[in-house]
Amino acid sequence: MSSLLDINLPIIALLPFFGAIFVAWVAKFNRYASAWSAAGITVLALLFLYPNLSVIFGGETIVQSWSWIPAIGLEFAFRLDGLALLFALLILIIGLLVIIYARYYLSSKDSMGRFFAYLLMFMGSMLGIVLSENLLQMVVFWELTSLTSFLLISYWQDRDYARQGARMALAITGAGGLALLAGVLLIGNVVGSYNLTDVLASGDLIRQHDLYIPILLLVLLGVFTKSAQFPFHFWLPHAMGAPTPVSAYLHSATMVKAGIFLLARFFPVLSGTPEWTWIVGTAGMLTFIIGAYTALFKDDLKGLLAYSTLSHLGLITLLFGFGTKLAAVAAIFHIINHATFKAALFMVAGIIDHETGTRDMRKLNGLLKYMPHTAILAMIAASAMAGVPLLNGFLSKEMFFEQALTASNTLFISWMVPILVTVAAAFSVAYSLRFIHDVFFNGEPVDLPKTPHEPGRIMRIPVDILVIVCLAVGILPMFTVAPILAVAVADTLQTTPPEYSLAVWHGLNIPLLMSFLALGLGVLIYFKRHIFRTFHDRYLDHLDGKKIFDYLLIQLQKFAVYFTRSFDKGSLQNSVFWVVLTSLIAGLIGFMSLSAPLLGTRELLPIDPITFVIIGLLILATFFTVYYHKQHLISLLMMGIIGLIVSLGFVKFSAPDLALTQLSVEVVTVVLLLLALYFLPQTSPKEIGKTRISRDLVLSILSGVGVTLFTMAVLTREYDPISHFFLSNSVPGGGGTNVVNVILVDFRGFDTLGEIVVLALSGLGIYAMLEYLKLPEPCKQSFIHGLSNDPHPLIMQTLTRVLFPLMIMVAVFIFLRGHNMPGGGFIAGLIAAVALIVQYLANGTDWITERLKLNMHFVIGSGLLIATFTGLIAIALGYPFLTSTFTYLNWPIVGKFEVASAIAFDLGVFLVVVGTTVMIIAQLGKMSANSHITEQKGD
Amino acid sequence: MEWLIAITIGTLTTAGVYLTLRARTFPVVVGLTLLAYAVNVFLFAMGRLTIGQPGVIDAEALGYADPLPQALVLTAIVIAFAITAFLIVLALKSSGELGNDHVDGLTVDSDEEVTRLKGTNS
Repeated sequence: MSSLLDINLPIIALLPFFGAIFVAWVAKFNRYASAWSAAGITVLALLFLYPNLSVIFGGETIVQSWSWIPAIGLEFAFRLDGLALLFALLILIIGLLVIIYARYYLSSKDSMGRFFAYLLMFMGSMLGIVLSENLLQMVVFWELTSLTSFLLISYWQDRDYARQGARMALAITGAGGLALLAGVLLIGNVVGSYNLTDVLASGDLIRQHDLYIPILLLVLLGVFTKSAQFPFHFWLPHAMGAPTPVSAYLHSATMVKAGIFLLARFFPVLSGTPEWTWIVGTAGMLTFIIGAYTALFKDDLKGLLAYSTLSHLGLITLLFGFGTKLAAVAAIFHIINHATFKAALFMVAGIIDHETGTRDMRKLNGLLKYMPHTAILAMIAASAMAGVPLLNGFLSKEMFFEQALTASNTLFISWMVPILVTVAAAFSVAYSLRFIHDVFFNGEPVDLPKTPHEPGRIMRIPVDILVIVCLAVGILPMFTVAPILAVAVADTLQTTPPEYSLAVWHGLNIPLLMSFLALGLGVLIYFKRHIFRTFHDRYLDHLDGKKIFDYLLIQLQKFAVYFTRSFDKGSLQNSVFWVVLTSLIAGLIGFMSLSAPLLGTRELLPIDPITFVIIGLLILATFFTVYYHKQHLISLLMMGIIGLIVSLGFVKFSAPDLALTQLSVEVVTVVLLLLALYFLPQTSPKEIGKTRISRDLVLSILSGVGVTLFTMAVLTREYDPISHFFLSNSVPGGGGTNVVNVILVDFRGFDTLGEIVVLALSGLGIYAMLEYLKLPEPCKQSFIHGLSNDPHPLIMQTLTRVLFPLMIMVAVFIFLRGHNMPGGGFIAGLIAAVALIVQYLANGTDWITERLKLNMHFVIGSGLLIATFTGLIAIALGYPFLTSTFTYLNWPIVGKFEVASAIAFDLGVFLVVVGTTVMIIAQLGKMSANSHITEQKGD
Repeated sequence: MEWLIAITIGTLTTAGVYLTLRARTFPVVVGLTLLAYAVNVFLFAMGRLTIGQPGVIDAEALGYADPLPQALVLTAIVIAFAITAFLIVLALKSSGELGNDHVDGLTVDSDEEVTRLKGTNS
């Protein structure tokens, strides 16, 4: 008996996806309802998580899995441990605050349903990443975050900047996701399992494996692109075209933290090697410095926050790069702190933008007296970002400094580490100070679009909560963050966590000194920032990874165009030439690699004189078809002769069904081409390009010789056909003696169903193409042999009307006997079609439409339905699709005869063939009839 | 006899390929139809040639022609017809839309004389 607690993890991850549909739907009735239901769904997910809390805090791990595709190691598996719980709580709680905030942020022009549907899908993808036990499944959710964040960043689709930023974010994070997939596949290969439990236990195995370096590089590519680490950091500032609630969510607790989460998740597996330290540490350090430095010079509030996000992500990455257990503790702690103060700051930036109409810090000044409450919140959050004591940012930064000092003893140039981090920290103090001083003090606002005032009370509540968390963690860490930090650290390291202290006061030590140094230096940098500014504007401001990205993208497109153009010159003749030549060469290579003699030893049949003469005629007709190909009518007539001789050939070689089919198809084809030829030029121009003619002649003769030899190579060899099965089962299994027909309607009925669908589709395609086509009036003089003045000759009319019932009777006869004698639905359908076409030819379209009030679309449709239903009835009776049955009935006079259910299927075939053929010809005929009418009017 | 059939298939292929490489739509459609004949006969011949065997199950029959290639070719003939019909209508459509019957929609082809054998349509 499974209780809800055995399946709640997949529910938590999938609930937002289903919720997204609901939220989009409910927005049709009330836009605010979609916001509140999004919040409700988030709360519901939290409630589903709640019962697990005690288990996780007890130090256990929950795994819920279902077998999915065992052959490739794919399971539908979820896992909840301390690390996953920490992230799930961040995603859900900050998500909830963002939803409440966005409800007041979005203007009446923005579609709330779309916004909250995207947001929930993104939330579900993030939850999927952190809750996945199976790594392949995690990669799927990973790519889903790329896709859904693309939708969120480009939410304001009419803004060029938003679209470009979204596209870049998608390209970079999506590409990183592919690298991650490759890395995960390698891990699965090395470990022999994709389950996190197994992988986490195989750290030594992976680190000592030859594939360790490729695995590390591929996984880190995924991490660095997602978490915007150098050199992939440039997409993040350009993603600021997103609505501010989206930025607050993506860049504090989610999207960019997915990469960090992966670093933490794989920490016990991949860390502890020099390669890890160098690559992760260097990328983290560079991002930390570049972000902190650049943030100071951004005039846009969100730009400043974007670069500061980069810097803090770099800091966390750097901590993981140190590779020690204590550094991991500091990293996890800073993840929590950064999420809270950065979400609060983005929300403040959004409030300021919302209430003043601008985010430009050159205009925003002295807002303290207009919005004092918001100002206080912003100042506390920004101080946390700067690492001011009694706030949460201070605690994790202290730990960070301590780790930087420890690391300085390990490597030969690492004495620089403490100096570099202090300088970077000074810059983060400087930009935090700028955020506070420029916006809330520093004189009066400069021509703002709106008169600033405090936002609505509820819009501030999420910020209130986040700032209170910053304070509570900063002042009373042991009573607030300690328990969750402890389990998260334990499950990140997969061992007992090291001793660490969360106290606010550690006594006078070097980290504290570094903190105060950074604070002092930061204030100095801020007030002397114009010196840096001049230098920055002159040398560094124009540096932007986006330019390189755009350049590469354009080059890629140019190359693609060049590549395509160099093969496709826009000429069909050229393309066909290359296709035929390639297949010729491929065939030649096949022949060359054949070690046996070309011809086998099978005994050949003797040649009889009649066959010899008839085949001679066929070759002659083929020659004339080509020789007269510029005179289209003669060429067509010659082609008709070929078709008739081919059907004679089928008679000769024991294939009566084929002979019947070929004969009737030939008639229809020639009529069809004649009708079409009426509208086309009657001749082709003379060709003067001799090279093309000789080139084509050589190619086609070579093809012909190749096909001849190929055919002989097969025909002179013995073979072992599978037809014995059909021959021996046709009567006992299919109830028919005509094996060809039984194969079509019974053994291979599904194939036939596919074929009649193709037939029906081509008929409908033709109908659609001709429906609104206006063809130029054929000019009478262009017909070499002239046109008859009598469109419907009397003798032909009379004769065909008499013949019609007879032809239909033949069709019915051929249809009914098809199962046992040559015939069947295809042939009967063609004969019936010929009967109708002859009537069209002799009497005209109007005469037929008056008498035959039957829509051919209906005939085709009912044919397909009958054929499909025959199959479905078999399923309903518990047999495979299209199973047939038969029985023998005894009627008076007629006697004993056999009834097979396959005949119903054959009826479907019959109807489709009749419908399609007649529809094509009638549609063309209608056009020629119309042109006759206009012609007469013209006279 | 096998040689006769093989040469027939080869001849049809030669003619089909040559016509398919022409510049005007109607010969191309005819060429593709010839190729379809060639392919159908080829597929049929893969079941080897048998002369004078019964077409249906018969207690006194000594042997049968291979029914499987026949069933394949039967539908292939019908589908080939559908393709031919589609192509010729496509040719009509392109001549209606573009005003000429060149496969690339060109009004002037450097490989051709400007005037046709007798009269033109446009």
